[in-house]
Amino acid sequence: MDSMIQIMLIFISAAVVNNFVLAYFLGICPFLGVSKKTDTALNMGFATTFVMVLTAAISWLINNLILLKYNLPFLQNVTYIITIASLVQLVELFVRKSSPSLYRSLGIFLPLIVTNCAILGLALFSALREYTFVQSLFFGLGAGVGFTLALVIMAGIREELEFADVPESLKGAPITLLVAGMLALAFMGFAGLISA
Amino acid sequence: MAKKTLTYEFVKGIWRENAVIKMLLGMCPALAVTNSASNGLAMGLASTFVVAASGLMVSLIRRIVPGGVRIPTYIIIIATFVTLAELFLKAYLPDISKSLGPYIPLIIVNCMIMGRAEFFASKHPVTPAVVDALGTGIGFTWVLVVLGAIREVLGSGSIFGFAFLGEKIFTPWVVMVLPAGAFLSLGLMIGVINYFTLRKRRAA
Repeated sequence: MDSMIQIMLIFISAAVVNNFVLAYFLGICPFLGVSKKTDTALNMGFATTFVMVLTAAISWLINNLILLKYNLPFLQNVTYIITIASLVQLVELFVRKSSPSLYRSLGIFLPLIVTNCAILGLALFSALREYTFVQSLFFGLGAGVGFTLALVIMAGIREELEFADVPESLKGAPITLLVAGMLALAFMGFAGLISA
Repeated sequence: MAKKTLTYEFVKGIWRENAVIKMLLGMCPALAVTNSASNGLAMGLASTFVVAASGLMVSLIRRIVPGGVRIPTYIIIIATFVTLAELFLKAYLPDISKSLGPYIPLIIVNCMIMGRAEFFASKHPVTPAVVDALGTGIGFTWVLVVLGAIREVLGSGSIFGFAFLGEKIFTPWVVMVLPAGAFLSLGLMIGVINYFTLRKRRAA
């Protein structure tokens, strides 16, 4: 029962309180790049969530069954990045064969996910905090949901911004960063939700 | 002639093609670790080391690596140098290493470093590759230090850990050291730079 509550806390914390994008600054590149339209943002979010949960599972197995067992934690960085890169390739092959329609909507985003720092960050954070297997699964799911949430909200705001009269020197990246700052302020309101 | 080109390669990364303010690369570390000037400096120097060392390696092996596997090769080279930097910081600067935490290993996925390896080091001989990487790294470092200094002065009333504004005359804007402050100050910084660039272009 106690662990059930703990798992819920990890999930909510990763999704809103310590949102990966707005509190840890992970995945800023897709956040700024792919957040122009709501439906692409949603697809990107789903693809990332999917890869995040898989990464959480596999990096946990590698870390606990191989690296820690044989006292090799200094290989963590290299192993994780290779794992993520090959995982994304496998997922891409699998999706292309099994579900062409899903592939069409996710296809172009999958290779981009390799360089998404949120994925590597997820693996590193869950190793650092010594989560159990189930805990890191939910940590991955929460992080993915939080990423999707931030991306979709941002895309919604940017669609409206198209019609706004933005000063010329703030057009593009600066206004996006300012909007992200206000979003981060709003998300700070969730901080009271969980008292550590 | 050759010397002039080298100077050009060095200088372009500092301002004209600056990774953060002009190309919008390496945003994650630029936002995440700039809550104080010294954190920004440490992250900047670590990234400069990684980009220069991996530029050297990538340029050395550029004729040996087949095109199809070049990206994984670059990633492994970068990850190796990042691990070196991480172990070095852990051993000699444990405080900095603790405050930067997992953002040190995250240098691996800093797209600025991959960008230099893919677009420059893999196509040029060793000297220009290293010079270009050093310029990019220094350009990255100064933006991080300036951003860190702005946030530290406004958010904690100190600079490089030295408190020069007393509690009595200045109430720190706590929000500046929080995540929201990072987005706001980088957004305004790029906005101000754009404003002056546009004005100069119009005057010309």
